Amino acid sequence: MKARDYLIEEAMPLFWCRGCGNGIILHALLRALARLGKSREETVVVTGIGCFGKADDYIRTHSIHGTHGRALAIATGVKAVNPGLTVLALMGDGDCATIGGNHLIHAARRNIGVTAVVANNLNYGMTGGQFSATTPQGARSSTSSFGNPESGFDLCRLAGAAGAALVARATVYHAALLESLLVEAISCPGFSLVEVMSSCPVYYGRYNGIPDPAAMMRWWQESAVPASRYAELAPEEKQGRFPIGRLGGSDRPAFSERYARVQEAAQAGAGRWIQAGTDR
Amino acid sequence: MAARTAFMQGNEAILEGALHAGARFFAGYPITPSSEIAELASTRLPARGGVYLQMEDEMASMGAVIGASAAGAPAFTATSGPGFSLMQENLGLAAMAEVPCVVVNVQRSGPSTGLATRPGQADVMQARWGTHGDHPSLVFAPASAQECFDLTVEAFIWAERLRTPVIGRADVVVGHLRELVALPDPEDGRALASRPRPQGPPDDYCTYRPGPDGVPPLADFGSPYIVHLNGSMHDERGYPSADPAQAGRLIQRLVAKVQARVGEMVAVRHFRHDPPEGAPPRPAVLYVAYGSTARAAREAALMLAEKGVPARLLQLKRLWPFPDSEVEAAALEAGLTVVPEMNLGQVVLEVERVVGKRRPVWSCAKSNGEPITPDEILARTLEVVGA
Ligand SMILES: Cc1ncc(C[n+]2csc(CCOP(=O)(O)OP(=O)(O)O)c2C)c(N)n1
Repeated sequence: MKARDYLIEEAMPLFWCRGCGNGIILHALLRALARLGKSREETVVVTGIGCFGKADDYIRTHSIHGTHGRALAIATGVKAVNPGLTVLALMGDGDCATIGGNHLIHAARRNIGVTAVVANNLNYGMTGGQFSATTPQGARSSTSSFGNPESGFDLCRLAGAAGAALVARATVYHAALLESLLVEAISCPGFSLVEVMSSCPVYYGRYNGIPDPAAMMRWWQESAVPASRYAELAPEEKQGRFPIGRLGGSDRPAFSERYARVQEAAQAGAGRWIQAGTDR
Repeated sequence: MAARTAFMQGNEAILEGALHAGARFFAGYPITPSSEIAELASTRLPARGGVYLQMEDEMASMGAVIGASAAGAPAFTATSGPGFSLMQENLGLAAMAEVPCVVVNVQRSGPSTGLATRPGQADVMQARWGTHGDHPSLVFAPASAQECFDLTVEAFIWAERLRTPVIGRADVVVGHLRELVALPDPEDGRALASRPRPQGPPDDYCTYRPGPDGVPPLADFGSPYIVHLNGSMHDERGYPSADPAQAGRLIQRLVAKVQARVGEMVAVRHFRHDPPEGAPPRPAVLYVAYGSTARAAREAALMLAEKGVPARLLQLKRLWPFPDSEVEAAALEAGLTVVPEMNLGQVVLEVERVVGKRRPVWSCAKSNGEPITPDEILARTLEVVGA
């Protein structure tokens, strides 16, 4: 399979704005699937609602276009009953970290074998550029014209602390890195999260002095630092920069592996409530 | 044919019904008075290769149920008032994306935390209109432990056959009641809950191309028939579509596919109690009741007949789609109708809609966390009969 084989070509052109990073993420994802030789039938794409939540419009695998914030919950149900499937949850930062933040930490804690791909454009693109839970403190948006009084989440640290098996970050400028991180994440049996810093020149860029798509690309190029190098930066050098690459994870058995033990115990009749009278 | 009878709680019978129908997945979040269903599911499902998931809230529970069902497992959840409120958005997703599932609401009194875990029946309209937008609604209401079993099986059958969410709407009295339940041979349940499956070349398959009954065949995630489920307005392929003609057709079909089959579904149960031999003829009183209140109404009907008034009870086993023709026929045979319910009057509005001005319809409403007693129903009846 080639990347193009996963693409619904009749859905072109992409619905996303000029300069939006989502197309780059979509392409990297399809290349990763091709590299892994995933068949269309073994692959399930679950989306939330938002600009990046429309990625399923273009993907020829199984898919469900769900509800805002609940993609990970839906994906959890899919993976739980069929651990053999490759399950991807494609979400914006609002979807994944704001309205869906509770599902994110629990998916990580549960270590369900789903790969979360988060297009973090630092705001709600679909609804017109309001601030989200990843918008930096001080940044402007259509609902923070005086500067965001709240601080943004570091999504990778959040998911890592909650127990994700693999967390990684790339930007839309680093498309090759993104592709290889996606390959790693999709191959990981537990919960993996790939955060992709993505350009939204139309809203985030315009509100914050970088309305030009090329300038936004340069911004990613300059502010992203490979994780190993980032660790060595002095605190003042870290200002305005962030690490990319594989950023952590924990080596625990995935949910499905643990649940198989539960099924074995239940089948052996070890359950406290299994009574002769009711267990048919 | 009953293979055996067992003494069990309504909630337990719901779980037994689900297993009998072929359930393989449960996701939920604990809430009284439904938690026994989750507890039993947590051991019984894995024992048969199924999955129990305890999710972080009811929005997630409903989401996981949809995901599991899309992956091919007949799936359900159980909750009560506050949790049922949280499930509404994803219930709409199940209706729109046409993903079969069963949602059990063991009702308690509300609003909000209300009189937590005391009886109530005030979620009737929520079960119909809780999620936003026009949508189909299929709701069953058991009044005994036996009906908890039977109607849960019925709920799974129709959820799968029609690719739609179905709500089982018990109440705490029924959920916690212990009675004898006749359980059929487990073998009889095998093929009960089955969804229409695609045939023919996988490349021609469209997730939303309806069969002659208006229901599109559904393949599982993982099958060679590629499935595109979509909660946004979509075309037959499941691709998004903003075409008003398309949207209008889809909404009509979602509702029509359920409405077209009501004749085959469980609807009502009739009881008649006549006065002792030789009593002077009088117009009958009809009770229309559902859930645990139907049990009180049956007692009231017996007492009323003793007093010389012919009494009828129409127990609604299906609340939505509302059994219009059954209610109409029964109401027109009687002189007047009394509708007892544990809310300020919800089903009475439907009865009035059906009966119109042709016969008087009276409400017997109680909404304070206590069940309605037969005496209260009788007193209200005597008041309106003018005896
Ligand atoms: C429950 C609910 N609340 C609000 C919305 C409206 N809404 C749609 S998309 C969206 C935000 C999208 O932002 P994000 O998830 O960051 O994705 P992006 O559009 O930036 O890709 C919102 C608030 C909704 N669809 N559902």
